[in-house]
Amino acid sequence: METRERKKTYQAVIGLEFHVHLATETKMFCGCRVTYGEEPNTQVCPVCLGHPGALPVINERAVELAVMAGLAMGCEVAPRSVFARKNYFYPDLPKGYQISQYEEPLCTGGYLEVPTSEGTLRVGITRLHLEEDAAKNVHVGESGRMHGSVGSLVDFNRGGTPLIEIVTEPDIPSPEAARATANQLKSILRAVGVSEADMEKGQMRCDANVSIRNPDGSFGTKTELKNMNSFRFVERGLTRELERQMALLESGGRVEQTTLHYDPDDDEVHELRSKEYAHDYRYFPEPDLLPLELSGAWVEEIRSRLPELPEQMKSRFMESYGLSEYDARVLTSSRELAEYYERVAAETDPKQAASWVSVELLGRLNDAGLGISDSRVTPEHLVEIIELVRSRTISRTAAKEVLDQVFKTGDRPSDVVEREGLKGLGEDELSGIVEQVIAENPEPAAKVRGGDQKVVGFLVGQVMRATRGQADGGEVRRIILEKLQS
Amino acid sequence: MISEEQVRHVADLARLGLTDEEVSKMRDQLGVILESIEKISELDLEGVPPTANPLNLTNVLRPDTPREPLPREEALRVAPEVMDNMFAVPRID
Repeated sequence: METRERKKTYQAVIGLEFHVHLATETKMFCGCRVTYGEEPNTQVCPVCLGHPGALPVINERAVELAVMAGLAMGCEVAPRSVFARKNYFYPDLPKGYQISQYEEPLCTGGYLEVPTSEGTLRVGITRLHLEEDAAKNVHVGESGRMHGSVGSLVDFNRGGTPLIEIVTEPDIPSPEAARATANQLKSILRAVGVSEADMEKGQMRCDANVSIRNPDGSFGTKTELKNMNSFRFVERGLTRELERQMALLESGGRVEQTTLHYDPDDDEVHELRSKEYAHDYRYFPEPDLLPLELSGAWVEEIRSRLPELPEQMKSRFMESYGLSEYDARVLTSSRELAEYYERVAAETDPKQAASWVSVELLGRLNDAGLGISDSRVTPEHLVEIIELVRSRTISRTAAKEVLDQVFKTGDRPSDVVEREGLKGLGEDELSGIVEQVIAENPEPAAKVRGGDQKVVGFLVGQVMRATRGQADGGEVRRIILEKLQS
Repeated sequence: MISEEQVRHVADLARLGLTDEEVSKMRDQLGVILESIEKISELDLEGVPPTANPLNLTNVLRPDTPREPLPREEALRVAPEVMDNMFAVPRID
């Protein structure tokens, strides 16, 4: 109750800043590979080590991917953009500056449509620009055996990895919505193939600007919350920071403009020493690089290669396959899954396909902790199973058993049906079994003959047992009554 | 033109330790540079785009093709100190 009261009086204002690694083979300004978990300092060269005289050259693919990301979020792509030096000293930055963009970023002015529990939230994108990542510092304590004078160990493998920085408008009203925004960004970037955007791997990082709106509606003093490195921590960190700000305001205090970071270990936000983030970067145009001029034709060519976005695909699935919004959302949650579904839907009834993929197959995959790309059940297998049911060759119950088998072995469904004897029974065969059951159960049979309907169920049960569930109950009942009451 | 305080601030950002004498010398020298640049603002530059680079080229790009990195020993050869195959650097304050 108390938190609800608070929410009424205190309106959070959150803007996010994302840093996302681009899915290139090589770094932003040199030909070293982008790798994860490699031996330290094995993907380095004079350029990414900042050796004097080494010159950067822009990776064309990184530009393309950044433009794709911008277009996917409805941004304007600048016809001309310029790289800039952001100057500061830190051991992970060998040149003493980061090559970034400042006054003329690659993209501006897009938006994300974020599904939240309170409907769709539109989050404006202020800008998107290209830059290079810093190297990785291993601090004292993390390594364990560090002697006196040494403070950090630096691995330059990550240094120079192509990054896009995406800055949102302060349109986000809650920590939950911030998490949903991060999720939506991830799914769009993955769908477009711009990045894996795996936060655990550090491929996507998130900072936030947080404030609480003043009673007169104006923005309060904002703080900056750095480096929340999982979706959960984005929500958690922002929740803790908003609690801190609310407590300050409620006790009559003031929020000071500062930079903090969230520590999941103690679930608290900690202020960073101001010196570490002195925002005096003295940006100036990078003289070692020439401007980018993206012609309309180039941008349109990239746009034409842009794959369908999850939201567009969801609408299309609802329209052309007649699926519910829920099914369409589940089936478009990843590109692999959507492609899988479409291959099945193309060959059989789309609604049956949706149910078999999203309920039966996904259920089994989830239970086994597998993804769709690990599935031994191919789309062709699933089509075959659905068609076997549709042609009444096997019952739905038997079909699930077939799926179990194919799931484990990857065998063809028709082979499984044959091997396990799961084929439904023909009329003659079923008729024979019914006669046999009647002969073995003279008493109940006589009762049915005498008009006693209650024991029919018993006989149906006996037949079902004899057929190991392959027969259809209604069909069996009809045959029994036909034989005993006509 | 430029105050000693500004000189000290810029020097601090560049991690340069200057003596009082050097501060005063730098203030004079930077003042001369700034004065020369000031001259440009006497011109009517309405509609003239800033020149970030004298070369009249754009879109100098390279394909996303990997190249051989430096051998690690070579990369670490210039490190002030090496530990666990990484560059060991002093504590960050």
